Order: sequence, then structure tokens, then C-alpha cells
Amino acid sequence: MTEIEKVTEATRDPLVVLDSVNKHFGDLHVLKDINLTVNRGEVVVVIGPSGSGKSTLCRTINRLETIDSGSIYIDGKELPSEGKALANLRADVGMVFQSFNLFAHKTILDNVTLGLIKVRKTPVSVAQAKARVLLERVGVANQAAKLPAQLSGGQQQRVAIARALAMEPKVMLFDEPTSALDPEMINEVLDVMIALAKGGMTMIVVTHEMGFARKAGDRVVFMADGQIVEEATPEDFFTNPRSERAKDFLAKILEH
Amino acid sequence: MDAVISELPKFLSGFQMTLILAVTSGVLSLILGIILAAMRVAPFSSLRGFATIYVETVRNTPLTLVFVFFVFVLPTLGIILPLGKVPAIIALTVYTSAFICEAVRSGINSVGIGQAEAARAIGLRTSQTLSLVIIPQAVRTVIPPIINVLIALTKNTSVAAGFTVVELTSTGRRLSLNHPDQVIPILLGVAAFYLLITIPAGLIAGAVERKVVFAR
Repeated sequence: MTEIEKVTEATRDPLVVLDSVNKHFGDLHVLKDINLTVNRGEVVVVIGPSGSGKSTLCRTINRLETIDSGSIYIDGKELPSEGKALANLRADVGMVFQSFNLFAHKTILDNVTLGLIKVRKTPVSVAQAKARVLLERVGVANQAAKLPAQLSGGQQQRVAIARALAMEPKVMLFDEPTSALDPEMINEVLDVMIALAKGGMTMIVVTHEMGFARKAGDRVVFMADGQIVEEATPEDFFTNPRSERAKDFLAKILEH
Repeated sequence: MDAVISELPKFLSGFQMTLILAVTSGVLSLILGIILAAMRVAPFSSLRGFATIYVETVRNTPLTLVFVFFVFVLPTLGIILPLGKVPAIIALTVYTSAFICEAVRSGINSVGIGQAEAARAIGLRTSQTLSLVIIPQAVRTVIPPIINVLIALTKNTSVAAGFTVVELTSTGRRLSLNHPDQVIPILLGVAAFYLLITIPAGLIAGAVERKVVFAR
């Protein structure tokens, strides 16, 4: 099967659809007519130079950033604009931030159970049992009683992944999850993400980790100046980039 | 010194009035100030606009003028309040709530935007985000400035002395007139009674602060 056929075959089950999405920050046109479909079970890696709009793109999908025009659909439903409907939708979309954003006043265990208890109305004991399983899965079960500030960056980010997974999301968004980490901690987070990808989770990952894109990505989306310049399989993109922008970008990051 | 001891009942009744003014206005301005702060971070521009105009008007007006408004101006507009502590409490509350509002708002702003984003990202509603994530973290930052405001309020109650309320300062002034040879001990006595309110306030604040401490 050629790469193109593989992509078209996968388009049969769209989970996240962005249709002609535009967004401005004042005069700056950060997202220019973005069309993107992510299928169930697919791992899409968004890369591009800084300021290309890739983080903004990621944040529009659970409406942490509003959009000026166009539409975004998740599992066939258009994003609600405000209120309870939006909160309910966000519960189904996991998000992992660059700066972890664990709740600083709550223990690791409480960080993971908060959404279950307050949004899903899960009984406390059930939520805690579930949280412990997830913390075990990301390798920080022995830290459950600590506060976030007592953990290393890599541990915090793994807890943040567990917190998002607790809600059993349909899709996970990763907004530069390893950019704030010390080099020796990047792999422990990437390993968790790779395991997640192999487990069939639908993922949209904004990252500079080309190794992750090669290992776990189904598709690479290359953005520059607010536009999607190129979409290809990781193998294709890294060995044979078509656009000048992509060639230029790859030359810069692969130099070292 | 004799005058302070012989006139102790008068001191105590003045102290009682000061305490009533400080505590009542303190509680009321905390409530009003928190409501105003919530309005200033609300997602509705009308609420934000109203609270901003209120705060900017009140905190830039001298307290004495606020008193004049409630004691002398309102009656000419047909709104007659009983003389004495009621207009004083209203004036102090109106004035102090503007400062409480700003202290609380700065506390809310001190909690990183990422905390609110993470809360919204797991599906918490706006009210849950505020009550479960933002406010518990803001409390710690907010306590020292709020205590400052409340200590200032305690001393500001002395403005009421100029508007027919017999509180500590007013009592001190009357006693000095009766005992012109003992003005200094009397004024020191007045100062000591103010400390009786403000020092415990500071101690309570310290205890509360330690209780809600957590590492960031």
C-alpha cells in the first residue's frame, strides 16, 4: 500500500475536523484557513518553526483559544461556544501543557481524581482506585501523596498525562509536552506517550521531538506562518520534504 | 496616668464603639469586596465596567468626603439615615470594599493562567474553576494585603469622630479637654486601645497564612 492510500483509507473515521479555521491575534493572522482531519486512532505530529501557529492550532481544538471563522468538529459535533456544553466537551478532550499546570495546592492523587469526582461524578473511592492504576501506568505511583512542587519536571508531566487519561478522553492534545523539561527527563515522558500511541489513543502532538514523530507518528503536519504547508507520513517527510520551508526547517534542526 | 485609670469606663465605651465600627465594616467590606472582585474578573463587560468605575471612584476619594456624602448629602436628596454609627458603617464599608476588591483581584491574578486552563481542560465549569482551583491558591497571597486594609480600616474609624460618633478618638479628645494636664497619657491610652485591635489582627493573619501554606 502506498503512503497516499494509507492516508485516504484512514479518512473514513474522522474524529477531529478543522474546517477553514481562521484566527487573528490583533493584526497577526496566526491561523490561515486551516483544514485538518484527524482520524480515530491516528497520531498526528504537528511541527514547524516557533510562531508558526502550531500551539494555537492545538489550543483551538478544546477552545482554550477561540476562533474567528470556520468550524471545528469533535466526533461529529461542532464545538459549543460556552457554558456547560463546552465544559462537557472539554472533559472528552485530554490536554497536556508545556508547563505541566498541575494544581499546585493538591496532591498528585487529588490532581488525578479532581475531574473524575467533580465532572464525571465518580465516587471518591472508585476515582482514587482508578487514579492509582493510572499513576502506576505512568510510573509515579509512589508519589501519590506528594504535592506537585516536590516532583521533578518529568514526573510532573507524567502525572499531567495521567490526569488527562483519567477522564477517558476521545483524543489527547499535547502542546509541546517536553519543551520545558531537562534533557534527561524527556525520554521518560516520550516513553509514556509512545506507549499511549501504540495503545490506539488518538493524539495530536505539537513537538520538536523528531524521534517521537518517527517512532509513533502516523502523519506529520508541517506548519509555517499560520498555514499547513505539508502533510506526509513521518518517513516521507523526513527523507523527502517537498516544500522549501520544510527543507529549510529540517536543515536547521538536523544540523546539530 | 490617673486620668486614664479614673476614666477607664469612658475609654472602654469608646473602644467598644471603635470595635463595632471596625468589625461590622470589616465583615461587610470583605463580602462586598469579594463580590466586586468577582465582577472585575467576570466574563461580562457590563459587570467589569461597573466594578471598575466603583473602585476607581471610591478609592480615589478622601474618606472624609465619603462620610460627608452619607451624613450630609444623602439627607438633602431625601434619604435620611439615623445619625451616629449607621452612616459611619456605610461610609467605611463603601470605602474599604474598594481596597479589598483590589487585594482579592491581585490574588486571583497571582494564580497562573495555566492553572485555570488546566482546570477548564478537564471539564470544570467557570464557577468550579474559581472555587476549586483559583481561590484556594489565591487565599495565601491575599491574606497579607487584606490584613493591611483591615488595619487601615481600624484606624480610619477615627474619621467617624468628626461625624457625631463617640468612638476612641472622640473619647480621647473629650477627655483631654477635661484633663488638660494629662493630654499625653490620654493620647497614649487611645493609641494602646487601637493596638489592642490591630496587633491581634496581625497575629491571626499570620496563623491563617501558615495554615494555608503550600509549596508552589
